[in-house]
Amino acid sequence: MEAVEAAFRAEWGRVVATLIRVTNDWDLAEECASEAFAQALQVWARDGIPRVPGAWLTTVARNRALDRLRRAATEAKKLSEVATLLPDEPEVDDDESGVPDDRLRLMFTCCHPALRLEARVALTLRTLAGLTTAEIGRAFVVPEPTMAKRLVRAKHKIRSAGIPYRVPPAHLLPDRLTGVLAVLYLLFNEGYAASSGADLVRRNLCAEAIRLGRVLAGLMPDDAEVLALLALLLLQDSRRTARLDTTGDLVTLEDQDRSSWDQDEITAGLELLAVAKRRGPRGFYLLQAEIASCHARATTAAETDWKRIALLYDELYTGAPSEVIGLNRAVAVAMAHGPAEGLALLDGLDLPGYHLLPAIRADLLARLGRREEAEANYREALEFVGTDAERRFLTRRLVSLLETG
Amino acid sequence: MEYLLLIYIDETLEHTPEEAAQIDQATQEWDKRMIERGLLKQAQRLSLSSAATTVRVRQDEVLLSDGPFAEAKEQLAGFVVLDVANLDEALEAVADDPLARIGSIEVRPYWSE
Repeated sequence: MEAVEAAFRAEWGRVVATLIRVTNDWDLAEECASEAFAQALQVWARDGIPRVPGAWLTTVARNRALDRLRRAATEAKKLSEVATLLPDEPEVDDDESGVPDDRLRLMFTCCHPALRLEARVALTLRTLAGLTTAEIGRAFVVPEPTMAKRLVRAKHKIRSAGIPYRVPPAHLLPDRLTGVLAVLYLLFNEGYAASSGADLVRRNLCAEAIRLGRVLAGLMPDDAEVLALLALLLLQDSRRTARLDTTGDLVTLEDQDRSSWDQDEITAGLELLAVAKRRGPRGFYLLQAEIASCHARATTAAETDWKRIALLYDELYTGAPSEVIGLNRAVAVAMAHGPAEGLALLDGLDLPGYHLLPAIRADLLARLGRREEAEANYREALEFVGTDAERRFLTRRLVSLLETG
Repeated sequence: MEYLLLIYIDETLEHTPEEAAQIDQATQEWDKRMIERGLLKQAQRLSLSSAATTVRVRQDEVLLSDGPFAEAKEQLAGFVVLDVANLDEALEAVADDPLARIGSIEVRPYWSE
């Protein structure tokens, strides 16, 4: 039933978050939320969709949790705890004004720095997005039982280590917020360019990252990096359909049909970016969003302002000198100032097992007419490539290189 | 919640007498702040790990070995018991601990069912 599915997307995180606050039991919260959605399938088909689906789901899930707790509560102490849970629980959060809402608290709990980064992403996907353990396992390329164990361990640590269910006080916020933003960024990237598997784009992960980004931006409308990250995600996502051709093969930015870019997302992304730039400072996500906006504004590939992009990458690389950013910087410099200058920047990079480094080197070498070296680099890239679509793309490039010779 | 803070410090670190006095004073000031906030239950510095004896009993045989449980660069140098609301409060206190600047502090909650 479509209404239940829409409600699931929109309300799962809120329902689970509310139940965790009420029961302080993560497993119970998830089970009761699942049961409420199952019940919605039956009841909504019979009685129609309730006026406020989120409130309906929260109430049903909460009553189930209270029933279960009541049945389990044999000791007087437990019973009195349950009794105090009964009255006065608000039906739903005040969506407009309730700044630290349950979902935000849950996001900060999942993204606590005492948890491994991978556990943060996995927990966020599980509790806020309702992804199954199998789906999360696929995103991380680990078997389902392994991922199940990691999730259990993470939830156990939250309970036993005393990780609080709250938005941290202001002085701890920058550190925690960095983690939250990183989780949304990684989540989107995993969806946008899956690291393995048959599909290059995993749409539901991108959609979830954008949805959570909107929640965060709604709650922290003055934070430049929060707005910039959402802008970046929207600008990237606007190109989603153009990135693959009808057979599912990768289409490079240069060859994409720009008329199929999602103009609504571009407009929303550019507006958010403009607000973020007024707020400042020029952080990691703001610079990336600016780069994405350069692409979004170019009506043809030839009009792309590569000189500005190269400057932005310089600034980004100075602030966050990671190998992957160095790689992107080299590409931008090659586009702005020629393949030889880009190639020189690749020399200092060390990315063992990462297919894009030899793939990009191969492309620049081919443009410089150094065919044999280009061929060797394409072959190296093919050794490490993880998705079928990218494998086909690299193979095509290699074949055309061999044919032109 | 009660947390045990296990303070590990590289025993080979050399401090001048002034540095040592500075660390001592900073540590005492930290203890005092924790006491004022009502968080500090206990704090104890330990003798060097060379003074440790490790005991195991296997098949009713008592096996003693000279030295700490693990031969590592950083050794247990002391411990603190804090009674705080949650992990964040414990971590905040630890981040402020001068010993965290020269060593590593493991934060472990007491066992609870």
